[in-house]
Amino acid sequence: MDHLDELEHQSIFILREAYKNFKNLAMLWSIGKDSTVLVWLARKAFFGHCPIPLVHIDTSYKIPEMIEYRDKVAKEWNLNLVVGQNKKALDEGMNHTMGRMVCCEALKTQGLATVMAEKGYTGLILGIRRDEEGTRAKERYFSPRDKNFEWNFKDQPPELWDQFKTTFAEGTHIRIHPILHWTELNVWEYILREKIPIIDLYFANKEGKRYRSLGCAPCTTPIDSKASTVEEIVEELKYHTTTSERSGRAQDQEDTYAMQKLRARGYM
Amino acid sequence: MNDLQVQQTPSSRQMRLVIVGHVDHGKSTLVGRLLSDTGSLPEGKIDFVKDICERQGKVFEFAFLLDALEEEQDQGITIDTSQIFFKTQKRHYVIIDAPGHKEFLKNMVTGAADAESALLLIDAYEGVQEQSRRHGYILKLLGLTQVAVVINKMDLVDYDPEVYFRIKTEYSEFLKSLGVEAHEFIPVSAKKGVNIAQRAEEMPWYKGPTILEMLDRFEESAPPSHLPFRFPVQDVYKFDERRIIAGRVEAGRMKVGDSLVFSPSNKKGVVKSIEAWSVPEAPVEASSSQSIGFCLTEQIFVERGEVATRLDEVPIVSTTFDANLFWMGKRHLEKGRTYTLKLTTQEVPCEVVEFKRVIDASTLETLPNQDFIAKNDVAELTLKTRKPVVFDLFGQSPATGRFVMVDEYDVCGGGIIITYVPSNKEDKLRDEVRWRDHNWTKSNIKPEERAYRNGHRAALILITGESGAGKAELARKLEEQLFNLNFQSYLLDRRNVRLGVSADLAKADSPPTEETVRRFGEVTRLFLDAGHVVISTSNAFYQNEDADIRLLAQPCPVVEVLLSDDPPPGEYDMVLSLIEAGKAGESAKKICQYLKDKKILIGHNYSI
Repeated sequence: MDHLDELEHQSIFILREAYKNFKNLAMLWSIGKDSTVLVWLARKAFFGHCPIPLVHIDTSYKIPEMIEYRDKVAKEWNLNLVVGQNKKALDEGMNHTMGRMVCCEALKTQGLATVMAEKGYTGLILGIRRDEEGTRAKERYFSPRDKNFEWNFKDQPPELWDQFKTTFAEGTHIRIHPILHWTELNVWEYILREKIPIIDLYFANKEGKRYRSLGCAPCTTPIDSKASTVEEIVEELKYHTTTSERSGRAQDQEDTYAMQKLRARGYM
Repeated sequence: MNDLQVQQTPSSRQMRLVIVGHVDHGKSTLVGRLLSDTGSLPEGKIDFVKDICERQGKVFEFAFLLDALEEEQDQGITIDTSQIFFKTQKRHYVIIDAPGHKEFLKNMVTGAADAESALLLIDAYEGVQEQSRRHGYILKLLGLTQVAVVINKMDLVDYDPEVYFRIKTEYSEFLKSLGVEAHEFIPVSAKKGVNIAQRAEEMPWYKGPTILEMLDRFEESAPPSHLPFRFPVQDVYKFDERRIIAGRVEAGRMKVGDSLVFSPSNKKGVVKSIEAWSVPEAPVEASSSQSIGFCLTEQIFVERGEVATRLDEVPIVSTTFDANLFWMGKRHLEKGRTYTLKLTTQEVPCEVVEFKRVIDASTLETLPNQDFIAKNDVAELTLKTRKPVVFDLFGQSPATGRFVMVDEYDVCGGGIIITYVPSNKEDKLRDEVRWRDHNWTKSNIKPEERAYRNGHRAALILITGESGAGKAELARKLEEQLFNLNFQSYLLDRRNVRLGVSADLAKADSPPTEETVRRFGEVTRLFLDAGHVVISTSNAFYQNEDADIRLLAQPCPVVEVLLSDDPPPGEYDMVLSLIEAGKAGESAKKICQYLKDKKILIGHNYSI
C-alpha cells in the first residue's frame, strides 16, 4: 500500500460507517475538486454505486461552468442530485455587497439549513480538509452540530481508534468528514492516479490564470499559474507554491476570525 | 531548494507525530518554531500574525502561528488538537499539537490515538508535572512506544546540564515503571530555536540528535499483516446481483479461495472473489488496513459485528474480560449503570463488574477502596457485556483488543483488554458449541434452500412469563396459526423432551438441571437445523437456562416474547400484557407480524 492507498482506505472506512449508522444521510457536493473526489470515493466504497443523495447549495452566483459540469457528471455517474437554494434571501436581493460574511451565511449556511430541515437529514458528509485553514485543522471525522446548527469547538467529542460519534440527541445532526486527513497535494495526486474528471476552471487558461479553490464568482479570484494539466498542478504544489490554498477566497480575509465565526454558526 | 533535495521527497505520505506534555511547557511554541525553521509557512503568514499581535497589543509568539481560534489566543492555551503540516528533506509530517491542560484530556487522547510517534515536552524550569506523567501513561495505554522526551526552556536555566540530567533521571524512572523506554531526551529552547532544526552551541555537552534529526529517525508504523487474519464485518451490500461483505482487514491477510469462519455465529464460507470498482485488475488478495469487500461461494446470512478469521486462528468470544481503561466522561464511571461498548464494529450494552485497581494517572498512586473512576483517571477493571463479544488480547492483536465506552451519546472511555480467563459455565458451553459447529456434518441442502422452500428462516420463539400467564395456550395458538399459513412450525414441549430424551436423568416434573437444559437445547438445535420455527415456553424463574438455550440455538435467531404487566429490566423482543395474552388468537397474530417485520417469515417463493 502506498500513501494514496492508505488515505483512500481510511476514507472508504469512514464513508461506510456513515452509511451504516445514519438512516437519513446526504453528501454535500460543491462541484469543486474535494467533494468530487469524495463522490469518487463513495463509488469505490459502494462498488460502483453512490447510494447517498448529493446536495448542491446553489447561491445563484456560482461560476456558470460549474452548473453545466454538475449536471453532466450527475447524469453520467447516475447521481441522485438535490439542489438547495435560499430563495427568500435571493428574492430580497441578498448579494456580497451587503457584506461577504452576511451573504455567505444567508446563501450558504441558511440555504443548507433549509434543505436539511426539508429532507430531515441527520448526517451530512462534507469534503473539508484539515490543511485548508485553521479552524478546519481542529475538526473531527464525525463532528456534532446542535439544534441551532452551531459547532461547539470548545467541547468536541473524543475520537479514537476509528470509533466515531454515531449517537446524538434529537434535533441535532452530525457532520462527517471522510477526507479530513488529506492535503491539497494528496487530492491532486489522487485525481491524477484515478483519472477523475475535474472541472476545467482549475486548469490555467491562455491568460495564465487558474482557480485554486472554487466559490461564488464575485468572491473568488483565480491565481497566476501556468499549470494546465493535473500533472502540472501536482508539480506546482510540490515545488513552487508558497501561498495558501484559500488565498483567492474573499470571505476568509473579511475578518481575522472570519472562518471561525462562519463555521461556528454552521458554515461548511 | 535544489533539484537533488527535491528528488529526496518523492512521497507525500505523512508521518503522524503528536506533541504532548503539561500545560505551558511549550508545545505550541515548538510547533510554531518547527514550521518557521523548516520554511513550511505560507508566504506572509508570520507578517500576518505579527500584524494582528500589533493591533491587539500583544507580543508576537511562535505559538500564535497555530492558534486559529480566537478563544485560544485569548486564554493563551490550546483547547483542541490542531493538525499542522510540514516537511523535512526526508519526508512529510503532520504534527498533532495536543492540549496540555487537564480539562482537555479527551482532546489530547484524540490526537495521540492516531499518532505513530510522540514528543513529550517537559519544562526545564518547572520540571516533571502532573500532566507529564498522565500523558506518559496515556501514550502507553494507547500502545504508542515511539517516544522522545524534549526538555524545553533550557534558556531559562542557563543551559545547565545538571537540570537536564536531573529531569532525565526522574522521568526515565517513571517511564520504566510503565514499561516504556524513551528513544532520547533532547534539551532545547523552542523560543530561541536551540536544538530544533539547528544544533546548539549553548550545550556542547549534549551529543544526541536535534528535534528534526530525531523525527527523521522515527520509523513509519507498518500495518500488522503478519498477525492472524481479522476481518470485522462492517456491512453487507446488495446494490446489484452481488452480495458483498464489506469491512476493513484489521490484521493479517487473506486471498481468494480461503476458508473463513465468522464468530460468534460459527458460520463458514469460502472466498469466491474480492470485489473492487475502477481498479486496473481485480484483486486476488487483501491485507491489513485495507477497506475491502468480498463474495462467498455460497450465500450465508452474516451481519455487522461478526468477525471473519481462519478456522485454526479463532478469536475469543465471551461476555467478561479484564481491561485497563481511561475515563474522560463528565460523570464518573460507576457500577450498576449500563454503558455501550464499541469494539471493532460490535456494539453491545455493558456494565462494570469489579474495579480491581483505580489509579491516579498523574502520580500512578492507587486510590484505595474507590468504586468509581473520575474524569481523567485510569483503572484496571472487569467488564461484563449483555451479549457475547468477539475480541483478542491487546498484546496479541491490538486492533481487535481495544474498545471505547459510550455513556449516553458520548464516547467517554477507552480501554485495552489485558486478560481473559474462560472460567464461567457459559464460556465452557460456548466452547462446546463452537466445537460442535466446526465439526457438524453438513447436508447437501443449504439452510437458505430450506428457507426458500419453507417461506421462512429457522428460528426459536421463546414464550416466557410467570406461571398462569397463559404461555401454553398462546404457544399452541401460534403453532396452529403458523401451520395454517403453510409454515413449518413445531411446539417443542419441555416436558415431552424430559419424558423421553432425558428419562434417564430425572422425573419429568422436577426442576431443570444443567444437563436436562443442555439436552433440550440440542434437540432444539436439530429442529432448527431441519429449518423449523420452533416454539417453546419457559417459566421466568429459569432465566439462566434460557441463556444456555440461546447459546445452543445459535446461529438461528431467538425471539423472546414476555407475558407480563410488570416486566423486569432486560431486553425483550416483545412484551404482551396479561390481558393481551388472554386473547391468545390476537396475540399469536401480533407475533406473526413481528416475525414478518424481522424477515423471519419471508413468504413463499422469496428469492434470497
